[in-house]
Amino acid sequence: MSWRLWVPLLLFSGFLGLAGYQLTQPKDDVVESRMVGRELPYFTLPPASLDRPGVDSRDFYDGRPKLLNIWASWCLPCIAEAPQLEALKEQGVEIVGVAIRDEPVDVMRFLTQHGNPYTRIGRDDLSEVQLGIGSSGVPETFVIDGKGVIRYQHIGDIREEHVPVLLEELRKAES
Amino acid sequence: MRALFALLAIMIAMPVAAQQSVPPAPYAYRQLDDPVQEAEAQELMETLRCLKCQSQSIADSDAPMAGDMRHQVRIRIASGDSPEQVRGWLVERYGDYVSYEPVLSARTWPLFAVPAILVLVAGLLFWRRFRRRA
Repeated sequence: MSWRLWVPLLLFSGFLGLAGYQLTQPKDDVVESRMVGRELPYFTLPPASLDRPGVDSRDFYDGRPKLLNIWASWCLPCIAEAPQLEALKEQGVEIVGVAIRDEPVDVMRFLTQHGNPYTRIGRDDLSEVQLGIGSSGVPETFVIDGKGVIRYQHIGDIREEHVPVLLEELRKAES
Repeated sequence: MRALFALLAIMIAMPVAAQQSVPPAPYAYRQLDDPVQEAEAQELMETLRCLKCQSQSIADSDAPMAGDMRHQVRIRIASGDSPEQVRGWLVERYGDYVSYEPVLSARTWPLFAVPAILVLVAGLLFWRRFRRRA
């Protein structure tokens, strides 16, 4: 019997093995935005809280780099990143918030409990801004330079080790 | 003890129920008035990936974000965009990942080439077999 007879079986079991292995792997659901390096789309959002103004894309053209934080009061990782946003604010970073599908009452409750690092918070009930800038979840944080151009995207909650990275990206966005 | 666990479970479940306080986007579940446009939108939605789900199209998913994407698709179709323009708008933001209809590109050509090559190889094998028998 020729050894060649076994080749198809080997190929097939190899394929089965690969498919089986892939099935056990968790889905890699980090979808990077293709909008990095491009200008923000035009948008205007009404205020999401009682004590901060809403957000307009024209706010990002004042020459100073900012963070655009996509979050929501119903989002648990957003609670985890609140201290890091506070730390960034302490460093003099301007943070603009966009609250996704959120009621002002819930926003206010969240900010009372976990602190308010935002200068402005826009209310995005239709995920318009989120879809417009290629964000696929909450929380996500974008570095926007002083000319309205998206320079960097951070996906997921900001942990302590990400703070220096974001500060560095903000510094780079100044040039 | 069991009652205590049940009580704890109920308390944990409450904030989850509170998530859906904002009503879905106007066109998340509402069809367009023009049946031709609605058919176009529906066909397109079946080929767009819900970004927050496990392999579901936005037409199939009840995730709030999928609803917001359906809203975008419907209002863009209603305002006169072609389905391919709407697909392009999303691909521009999320890459090919968002579309279930792969386009031929430097990265996706094996998707189209490999099946064709396999069919050719199989055909060749059959041909040789049958020729030998004849």
